[in-house]
Amino acid sequence: MVEQTLRYRNDEPVSDPAVPVEAFADQSNATAVRIEPGEDARALLPHLDRLALVEVNFPAYGDGRGYSAARILREHGYAGELRAVGDVLVDQLSHMRRCGFDSFAPQQPITAEAAEKAFATWPDVYQKTVDGRPAIWAKRHPA
Amino acid sequence: MYQYDNYDQSMVDARVAEFRDQVQRRLAGELTEDQFKPLRLKNGLYLQLHAYMLRVAVPYGTLSSRQMRMLGDIADKYDRGYGHFTTRQNIQYNWIKLEDAPDILADLASVEMHAIQTSGNCIRNTTSDQFAGAAADELVDPRPYAELLRQWSTFHPEFDYLPRKFKIAIIGSETDRAAMKLHDIGIQMVKNDAGEIGCKFFIGGGMGRTPMIAPVIGDFVPPLQMISYLEAALRVYNRYGRRDNKYKARIKILVHEIGADEYRRQVEEEFAHILTLGLEPPAAELERIKGFFEQPGFDTNASDDLDLSDPDFALWVDQNTHAHKRAGYTIVNISLKPIGGIPGDATADQIRLMADLALDYSFDELRVTHAQNIVLPHVKKADLYTIWQKLDEAGLANANLDLISDIIACPGLDYCALANARSIPVAQKISERFADLGRQRELGELKLKISGCINACGHHHAGHIGILGVDRKGVENYQLSFGGSEGADTSLGTITGPGFNEDGVVDAVEKATDVYLAQRTEGERFLDTYRRIGMAPFKEAIYAKETANG
Amino acid sequence: MKIITGNDLRTGDVIWWTGKGWSRFVNDAVAVGDDAEAIIAQQNATQVVTDTHVIDAETTADGVRPAHIKERVRALGPTVRMDLSLKPGDPAAAKWVI
Repeated sequence: MVEQTLRYRNDEPVSDPAVPVEAFADQSNATAVRIEPGEDARALLPHLDRLALVEVNFPAYGDGRGYSAARILREHGYAGELRAVGDVLVDQLSHMRRCGFDSFAPQQPITAEAAEKAFATWPDVYQKTVDGRPAIWAKRHPA
Repeated sequence: MYQYDNYDQSMVDARVAEFRDQVQRRLAGELTEDQFKPLRLKNGLYLQLHAYMLRVAVPYGTLSSRQMRMLGDIADKYDRGYGHFTTRQNIQYNWIKLEDAPDILADLASVEMHAIQTSGNCIRNTTSDQFAGAAADELVDPRPYAELLRQWSTFHPEFDYLPRKFKIAIIGSETDRAAMKLHDIGIQMVKNDAGEIGCKFFIGGGMGRTPMIAPVIGDFVPPLQMISYLEAALRVYNRYGRRDNKYKARIKILVHEIGADEYRRQVEEEFAHILTLGLEPPAAELERIKGFFEQPGFDTNASDDLDLSDPDFALWVDQNTHAHKRAGYTIVNISLKPIGGIPGDATADQIRLMADLALDYSFDELRVTHAQNIVLPHVKKADLYTIWQKLDEAGLANANLDLISDIIACPGLDYCALANARSIPVAQKISERFADLGRQRELGELKLKISGCINACGHHHAGHIGILGVDRKGVENYQLSFGGSEGADTSLGTITGPGFNEDGVVDAVEKATDVYLAQRTEGERFLDTYRRIGMAPFKEAIYAKETANG
Repeated sequence: MKIITGNDLRTGDVIWWTGKGWSRFVNDAVAVGDDAEAIIAQQNATQVVTDTHVIDAETTADGVRPAHIKERVRALGPTVRMDLSLKPGDPAAAKWVI
């Protein structure tokens, strides 16, 4: 399977294989982990300092649990790579980015141009999330 | 009314552009139907039995005359001259062409409207009290909060792929006119003893296959934490709501399975975390929005005097108007339920007429009700007779609000791909059977609701009389239930017994009303009598064997 | 017999497979037998039709009659708006659905 990763970070990619959440706590040298939809991202919170890559799997694009997993990690200060993998479609990229994903490994390759266009879908946003974009309410009422 | 600023406008404009591109990709073969379907659904575009259907959001049921006129014009320009107002305060067009859909969205955007999130497993259009800002019994005007909710829920990145659809209703009166406890989240704006405003959260209600009345989860959430509380409530649902079975995926099942206490505990834990993130729009934003909902310039000298010498007019005033908070004013309900008609349907001309009336007589405002009627919220009593005459000319002066012919009915098998049986013909036959207005008024308030399938878009669970159409071996069959109600005394109906065919269910309804008339005590509605005497006498009358022949 | 129906991708119109193309009239539908899957796959690829599916039907004196009421409603139009149906001049046509 050809995997093409869209990556929006300046650091070096992690080469370690991502281990399952269950195994991660016991492997003190692991730096990459993979979260499946039913797994609790909060289980990773005690280990954020040694994590460099979190893959969040989307076996089906309609299962939106991974969006919450991503936000939870970012809200608790995770700064490493957060990668959406699996059934990741161009029409979902914008929301994923807003929830903190900064790399994407879609099953069906997405061109960098299509991705840029997707990220630019919304000129502004109504909600404050973890992507640093000011919400519209913040722009309306500058501090 | 709220008015878009450049930010709001650019969001709906961006959506039109995005959808135009998606439709183009579909027509060019770059997207398969499987890929395209969720995208069109996010814009309210369904494929129904005869054509595409477009569901347009009417945020919290509020429209200006300009918006209403556009709804009429769209019906003429892109559809077949009519639209259907739904139980979620939206409007649906039944004969839409895919290639026209982006243009329709562009026309809607030109009057600050859209079809965003009117389908799909996301947060749907927020509904509210159709009398908001006008009702005499209002505690807090819910509309500013509803607008805050609209903006927060629009393109929410975390909650676009929930386990299932998600419906929120918000009210600010003690009287619940929005079936608030039968929503995924119902918010009631309340005041505490100190006079402070708070949000009471009812979470986990719903109709459908497994109807449930929402328990109170949040007692008194400060208004400036409402969004944070919603983030918490939705996040718990997004993470833990069931995804293995679409019939068990609504939040009501989660709340029911883990229990209200455990759900509340999880929400509060999440809420405490979210409060640290600064996600809440500031007070200044709420104030800005409130500025759009100030009272219109009422005439302080308006008189309460009314000439009721025309008996038909007097009947209509008695039945279809509601107390306004200001002296000399009233709230007008325009019934879209003519005898033998299709509940909720209005022609393009009728829609435009209602727009004109709103402009001339109701401070440019209309409301859509979940009972599929239209409201003129701020009408001077002195103008009532003129309004009534104009409505009457257009076939819109049906004086049957909340009577047995004011039927809620989903489109049913005449239009809907999900339906198992037709709803509209049953509604038509019942309204024809009870066509005499004197007879209807004798029966008093009687809320009859019909759904054509278990999804319950016709709110049959909440009908004093509910009818559910089912498919019995390829033949339409109708289950009857009594005792449902929405509002403060929300209850779910109980099925009477074996189902009926179309004529049989009309007969059964009539027999039930006979039982009520015979058994009622002074001041009792049908619902009250049913609650007092129970199912047995009704059942006996409905299922009594005909003695004449076997 | 088995017949194929779908909706015109652009207009949404209900259409029926005639063996050569698509018709808005169910009476033009032909039995497809074992070829259904192949026809559907081939037609889906043309970007002309959507929501294609095979249904049961029978031939009667009045023509082709889908077995299920839902497909008969599709074939005719809304029974409560016969003016918008495919038989606008025949109010009694609604009975055919039942």
